[in-house]
Amino acid sequence: MFNEPHPDEVKVITKRFGLPNSASIDTYLAHEGYVAFMKAIEMTPEQIIDELKLSNLRGRGGAGFPTGLKWSFIPRDNPKPKYVVVNADESEPGTCKDRLLIQNDPHQLIEGCLIAARTIGCKAGYIYIRGEYRYLIDIMDKALAEAYAHGYLGKNIKGSGIDFDLYTHSGAGAYECGEESALLESLEGKRGVPRIRPPFPAVSGLYASPTVLNNVETFATVPAVLRMGGQAYADLGTPKNGGTRMLCVSGHVNRPGVYEVPLGFPMQKMIYEVCGGIRGGKKLKAVIPGGSSSPVLRADECDFPMDYDNYARMKTMAGSGGMMVMDEDTDIVKVALRTMRFYAHESCGWCIPCREGTTWLRKILTRMDEGTGRRADIDLIHELAKNMLGRTFCPLGDAAAMPTIGFVEKFREEFEARLRENVVPVTSPDQLIAIR
Amino acid sequence: MTFTPETEKRLQDIWARYPQGRKRSAVIPMLMYAQDELGMVTQELVAEVAQRCEVSPLQVEEVVGYYSMLNKQKMGKHHVQVCTNIACLLMGGEELWQHTTKRLGIGHKQVTADGLISLEEVECAGACSWAPCVVDGYEYHHHMTIEKLDQLLDSIQKKVQ
Ligand SMILES: Cc1cc2nc3c(=O)[nH]c(=O)nc-3n(C[C@H](O)[C@H](O)[C@H](O)COP(=O)(O)O)c2cc1C
Ligand code: SF4
Ligand code: FES
Repeated sequence: MFNEPHPDEVKVITKRFGLPNSASIDTYLAHEGYVAFMKAIEMTPEQIIDELKLSNLRGRGGAGFPTGLKWSFIPRDNPKPKYVVVNADESEPGTCKDRLLIQNDPHQLIEGCLIAARTIGCKAGYIYIRGEYRYLIDIMDKALAEAYAHGYLGKNIKGSGIDFDLYTHSGAGAYECGEESALLESLEGKRGVPRIRPPFPAVSGLYASPTVLNNVETFATVPAVLRMGGQAYADLGTPKNGGTRMLCVSGHVNRPGVYEVPLGFPMQKMIYEVCGGIRGGKKLKAVIPGGSSSPVLRADECDFPMDYDNYARMKTMAGSGGMMVMDEDTDIVKVALRTMRFYAHESCGWCIPCREGTTWLRKILTRMDEGTGRRADIDLIHELAKNMLGRTFCPLGDAAAMPTIGFVEKFREEFEARLRENVVPVTSPDQLIAIR
Repeated sequence: MTFTPETEKRLQDIWARYPQGRKRSAVIPMLMYAQDELGMVTQELVAEVAQRCEVSPLQVEEVVGYYSMLNKQKMGKHHVQVCTNIACLLMGGEELWQHTTKRLGIGHKQVTADGLISLEEVECAGACSWAPCVVDGYEYHHHMTIEKLDQLLDSIQKKVQ
């Protein structure tokens, strides 16, 4: 059902995907399964963290925070129970990779959690899976049962003295619950309203206890890091950007799909070779490189090695790895509007700049799209979005503002073309109230 | 409340996953699984979950109001969700949505008169590389076209006859 692999891929965490019964523990064990955990038993927590630091593995959920460093923040002498939490909420538009990791190789994720548990000394973990992914919850539950049956979960795992229980937990539809602190609230049975930080989850996470919270792909990578050694993993990528990552390419390419490539892989090559170029022989117009929260790139900007630092240099983000490719016929105003409809819908409503900002932007973009916008609206959209930046309680506000600023700055001419003749001059900002 | 043995087992299983004194954590997953059986979150279910998880009914209500997959109205036997977010939009998701609303004569979060099908325009379903996508209940349909969508709706409608 999913895309064919490409020879330019470097398969570290997706290498078992094509195997028969790839989700079963037998297949996993036959292909280096749980080898890294057995190694971890012999290592001290410091050694594990050092390997992770050496690997330059950075979080694959969006923010790109160094994983080894994150794990080192857990106060191991804290007497409270500690928790491992997997973020499998996968709701950033453009992202569809965690799904494949669970579907095709759930034991790899379990092993990653086990290693985390071993490192921080914790006894229980939860895999928070978005509610829509019910079939994945079933696959994961089955894999967990197998792991228990084979003694890789439960009491005194493989004679190591380590006890660890791991469970799935179903979400119920809310993008905001992908944000780590909102996810923890949700996991505690509440609305997904984010928490004030600090304290960070490493110190006060689930049930106010120290918690390691990472994305599915991040946990799934940990066994490979221990197996290969941190340095060998790091060497696959570019300096400070270790290893490989999964890119979810969608939109107007000939071969959309999820591909695992080394960090620093050239974007041109990704689009034109791995994904077979723009469909119908059309020209490239733009790429949203890392999920809907990342600012758009114009075609002439899409030629750089894709690692965290270069995305930052291009004033965008590696984000969640969701690359949405748009051909010359794409209507940017429509895309900007659809993006804002999403954020306005998903804003949890807790803080005013986000709640009001996204709603107003949605309304102004709607009238732009319908051809009844005003000349001043273009600057208004830009200003409004800029005023949201950094003024919201959680990063969702920025996630809504950043791409909007990008659309207006990079494709201003498209917004202007949309004004057509019916330009209504705006004389005072009070006219804002007149929006439908 | 009594559930089918399968659901009951599931609910107990979920309950057991959380530490003592933290049973509130079970609220959302329990509602999700019980809703599958009832077709919606009823007042009775709210009270039941509150009691089992040792929280007040109000605390359960609060949650029901927040999450988009928890429904206080009865949805159709088949809840058809059309994604129109960016990746799907680029691949014709909007047209699929328009087509479906026209064909069924219902809109977002509405149910056909016979209670068979409800519709929802959803945010990214996590199928972007195989867009556009339509989800029927929990079942994903990738690379959707108007023809394939019509076939899906035909088969749903035929099944009941
Ligand atoms: C609004 C919002 C939504 C997010 N959604 C997700 C998500 O669906 N999955 C995810 O792994 N991280 C998501 N994140 C990032 C998490 O907050 C967190 O940084 C991440 O899970 C940490 O894991 P990592 O270090 O392995 O990347 C989201 C962040 C924000 C602000
Ligand atoms: S920024 Fe938006 S999502 Fe985040 S707390 Fe404020 S209102 Fe809620
Ligand atoms: S945008 Fe439709 S599945 Fe992601």
